[in-house]
Amino acid sequence: MSLFKIAGGTVYDPLNNIDGEVRDLWIEDGKFVEPPSDPGTIPARTLDASGLVVMPGGVDMHCHIAGPKVNVARKMRPEEKRLADKVHRTAHTRSGTLGSVPSTFATGYKYAGLGYTTAFDAAIPPLGARHAHEEFHDTPIIDKGFYVLVGNNHYVMKQIQEQEPERLKNYLAWLLQMTKGYSCKLVNPGGVEVWKRTGGNATGIDETVEHFNVTPRQIISGVSQAAGELRLPHPVHIHCNNLGIPGNWQTTLETMRAVDGHRAHLTHVQFHSYGGNPDEQQTFCSEVPQLAEYVNTHDNLTVDVGQVMFAETTSMTGDGPLGYFLHKVTGRKWFSGDTEMEAGCGIVPIVYKDKSMVHALQWAIGLEWYLLINDPWRVAMSTDHPNGASFMAYPEIIALLMDRERRREVLERVPSSVSERCTLADLDREYTLNEIAIVTRAAPAKMLGLRHKGHLGSGADADVTIYTPDDDIQQMFELPRFVIRRGVVVVEQGEIREDFAGETIHVAPGYDPDAVADIQNWFEQHYTIQFANYAMGQDELPHEHVVATE
Amino acid sequence: MSIAEATEGKTTELKIVKDATCTFCGCVCDDMELTVEGNKITKAKNACVLGKAWFFNHHIEDRPEATIEGEPVPFEEAVERAAEILTSATYPITYGLSDTTSESQRVAIAITDWIGGTIDTTTSVCHGPSGMAFQGVGEVTCSLGEVKNRADFLLFWGGNPAESHPRHFTRYSLMPKGQFVPNGRKDRTAVLIDVRKTKSAKAMDIFLQIKPRSDFELAWAMRGLAAGIDIDPDIEQITGIPLKTLKDVVERMKAAKFGVILFGMGLTMTRGKHLNSEAVLALARDLNKYTRFTAKPMRGHGNVTGADNIVSWSTGYPFGVSLTRGYPRFNPGEFTSSDTLARGEADAALIIASDPMSNFSNPARQHLAKIPSVVLDPKLSETAKVATVAFTTATYGINTSGTVYRMDDIPIPLRPAFESPYRSDEEVLKAIETRIREKQLAASAGG
Repeated sequence: MSLFKIAGGTVYDPLNNIDGEVRDLWIEDGKFVEPPSDPGTIPARTLDASGLVVMPGGVDMHCHIAGPKVNVARKMRPEEKRLADKVHRTAHTRSGTLGSVPSTFATGYKYAGLGYTTAFDAAIPPLGARHAHEEFHDTPIIDKGFYVLVGNNHYVMKQIQEQEPERLKNYLAWLLQMTKGYSCKLVNPGGVEVWKRTGGNATGIDETVEHFNVTPRQIISGVSQAAGELRLPHPVHIHCNNLGIPGNWQTTLETMRAVDGHRAHLTHVQFHSYGGNPDEQQTFCSEVPQLAEYVNTHDNLTVDVGQVMFAETTSMTGDGPLGYFLHKVTGRKWFSGDTEMEAGCGIVPIVYKDKSMVHALQWAIGLEWYLLINDPWRVAMSTDHPNGASFMAYPEIIALLMDRERRREVLERVPSSVSERCTLADLDREYTLNEIAIVTRAAPAKMLGLRHKGHLGSGADADVTIYTPDDDIQQMFELPRFVIRRGVVVVEQGEIREDFAGETIHVAPGYDPDAVADIQNWFEQHYTIQFANYAMGQDELPHEHVVATE
Repeated sequence: MSIAEATEGKTTELKIVKDATCTFCGCVCDDMELTVEGNKITKAKNACVLGKAWFFNHHIEDRPEATIEGEPVPFEEAVERAAEILTSATYPITYGLSDTTSESQRVAIAITDWIGGTIDTTTSVCHGPSGMAFQGVGEVTCSLGEVKNRADFLLFWGGNPAESHPRHFTRYSLMPKGQFVPNGRKDRTAVLIDVRKTKSAKAMDIFLQIKPRSDFELAWAMRGLAAGIDIDPDIEQITGIPLKTLKDVVERMKAAKFGVILFGMGLTMTRGKHLNSEAVLALARDLNKYTRFTAKPMRGHGNVTGADNIVSWSTGYPFGVSLTRGYPRFNPGEFTSSDTLARGEADAALIIASDPMSNFSNPARQHLAKIPSVVLDPKLSETAKVATVAFTTATYGINTSGTVYRMDDIPIPLRPAFESPYRSDEEVLKAIETRIREKQLAASAGG
C-alpha cells in the first residue's frame, strides 16, 4: 500500500468529463484509485501540481516506429543523422540517433519526453512480427502494439474470392494470435499485389486484382465485416487506395461507403482528400469539406490526420507502388521490399517545402480535417510519423490548432493559391485545451478500445503528463514538467529520470481450431519458412498486455 | 572432473527435433529434422553438405568454461576481469556477432554503449560495401519466397551458391515450383556472372565469364543497354563479354516478368567494392521501368543479417559505429574493426562468435594479439587462443534458443537440439554487462 497523490493540478480528463478543474489524483500500484474515504489519509508521496496542467499520457495511434520497414529506413539515411540532435548516453539511459527515423531507444525516450506513453506501429507484415516485437523490447518506457498488414494477403483474397467469410474470420483471428498483433490493417488493398505482380497499381476500388479475381472494395468490405464480427477492440484500420493522387477523394468516399456501416478507421486521411486531375497539377485542390461531412454524419467512422509539416522526412509505407511513385517524383533513393504472400513496402526520402504549392496545400488539408470534424472524439492527431512529419512536431500542430493567427501567418508565407484551393483561411475554429486532450489521448485511446488508457479515472493506468501553462503553446507541449508512467515519474523537464520496459499490447481473439488445417496447407505450399516457426512463442514477450475481444 | 565429462551420460535418450534451424549460412533453412542421441546429433534430415558438417561436427569440447591468460578460472573471476578490461580501456572495440543470436547481439551492443566503445560486425568484411551502396542508391528487393513464387529470371553475380549456399537453388531460387512459376526450373532463365567457371555455372542457362576486376564496367554497360544507350563494342576488351551477348542478356532481363539479381562477395570485395554494389542495385532498380526487378545480397553467416538489423535499430547505423562520444557515429574505414586494429588504435577488444585472428590483415592481427581481449567462442579459435579472458560458450541454434535473421531479413526462431554444459553468449554477456553496470553506478555514486 503505497499511495501517490498528484495534488491540486488543473485536470483535463475528457473521458470523465473533467474540463480544467482543480483536482487531486490518487495512484496506487501504478493505477488510479478513488480518493481515500478517510480525508486524513497521508500519501507516501505527494507531487504538488498546483498551477500546472494535468492530462492523461498521450496516445499515438498511428506511427511507424518498429519493424522491418522502419529499420531499413534507419540504415538507409545516415546523412540526416549527422546534423540532427544527438541522444547521449546517461548513467541510466542508452544513446541513440534522431533524424526522421530515430533509433529504438531514442524513440522511447523522445515519445516519453513529449508526454506520450502509448504508441501503435501501423504496418507490420506478419513475417516481420517477430522483428517488430524485438524492436519493441528495445523501445523503452512507452507501451506499444502494432497492426498487422492483411489487405494484400493471398489467403485473405482467396477467401473473399471464394466467398468464405467464416474462413476469413478464423484466419484473421489466428493471424492476430500468431503475430501478437492488435488489429487488421489494409494498405492499398489489392493494389500492392498488382504492383508485386506487374509493377502497376489498382487505380480504383472496383478494379479487379488479376489472378485473385477480387476487387479492393470486396477486400475492404470483407475485412471490415470480419474484424467487426471478431469484436476487435480497434476496427479495421484503412490506408485507402490511390494515396497522394489528385482526385483520390472519390476513392476515399467510396471506401467509406464500402465498409457498409461496419466500424472502420481511416488513417492519414489528409493524403486521401485531394481533388483535381492527376495529370494537371494546377487542378490540385482540397475536398476535405465533402469527406468531413460524410464522417460527421456516419458515426461508424473515425479518422487520424497524417499532418504534413515543412521539413525533411522519410516516406515509408506498406504501399509498394506509392514508394515507386514517390521515387519517380523526387528522383531520390528508393527502397522497395516485397514480402511473400503478405505485403509490400516502399521508402523514399522527402522534403516538404513551404514554397511548394502542393506541399503547402497538403499542410492546409491536414488542418482542415481537424477543424471540420465537428466531434473531436472522431479525429486523432497524427503525422503518420515519419511520413507527414516526425511525431516530434505534435506540439507545433497543437499550437496551430489552438491559434488561428498562427495558421494565417503560415498561409501568408506559402504560395497564395493555396488559400484558393482549400477552406483553411475561412476556418476560425480554435481548439481548447480540453479538445487537445481529446485528440491527443482520450479519443485515440477510445478508438483503440483501450479502456485502461487515455483517462485518469479509477482503474486506468497511472500514465500522466503535467505541463507548465505557457502563452507559447508549442513550448508548453514540447517540454512537459513531469511525465508519469504507472505512477512513477519518468521524465522531469525533458530529462529521463527512470528507464522502463514498456508493455506490448495485443489481442488474442478465439478461432475455430478446425480452420487451421486449411491455413497450414496453404502456408506450406507457398511460404519459405516452416509453419511451426511462424508464430510468436508463448514466452517471447516479457511484458505483454492482452486486451480482451468481447 | 571437467565440465564436458560432467554432462556425459546424463542425457542419452534419443529424441527428434523437428523444424530446427540450421545457422551455418545465410539461407537459415528452418526445416531440419534432427535426430539427437545424448549430446550428439546423429541425423540431420534436409540438411545440405554444409549443414550436415555443422550439425555432426558439433560435439561438446572438453574445455574450461573460462580462462585468463590460458589458465582455467572460475566463471565469476573471468567476468570480473572482463568487466575490468572493458571499463578501463579508452578505445575498446566490440567485434563479430554474426554467429550468435539476436538476443546476445543486443547485450553486446548494450555493453559497448555503456563503455563508450566502438561496435562492428563481420558485415564490414563481407557485405559492408553493399550496405554503403544501399545508403547511396537504395535497394529494390524481396523476401526469398517472392523469388520462389515469382522469379522467372535469375542473375547470380560474383558468387558460387552451389557450394557456399547449397540449398539456395533447391529451396529458394532456381528449382522450386512456385505460385507463378508452376514448372519450377523450366519457367526460369538463369545466368551466372563470375570470374571462374564454378560448380554453380553448370546449373545455369548462360554463364558469362568476366575478366577479374571488371564488374563495375559490366554492370554500368548493362544499365546503359537497359536504358537504350549505345555501348561501345570495346566493352568486350574490358570485361571479356561480347556486346552482342550482353545485349541478349539485358533484353531477357527486360522481357522477364519478375527478375532477381543475387550477388555475392565476388562483387562486393573486388575492385570497386561499394561502387560495384551500387551499379548492380541501380541496374535492378532501373529495370522496374520495364518490369519487376529486384536485387539481394547473398549473405554468408547465419545471423549476420540480424547483426545488421540490431546494430541499426540500436544506433541508427548498420556497422562500424563509434559510441566513444556518448552517441552513435558511423564511418566505415574509421570505425570498422579491421581498421581500428590495423592502425593500432583499439586498446581492448570484446570479440563474440568470430575469428579475426584467422582472417584479418597481419597488422590487425598483431595488434589484436597485443591488447587485452575478451573472447566468446564455442571453439578454441585462433582468436580465443590469444584472448586475455576466454569464455567457452554454447553453440547457437544447436544448444540455445533465440532468434536469427535470414539473409532476406526474415526472423526465425531457434530450437536447440541438446543442452550444452556451457553458458550461452547471451548469459555470459549479461553477466559482464551486469558487472560493468555495478562498477559504473558505484563509481558515479561515489564520484
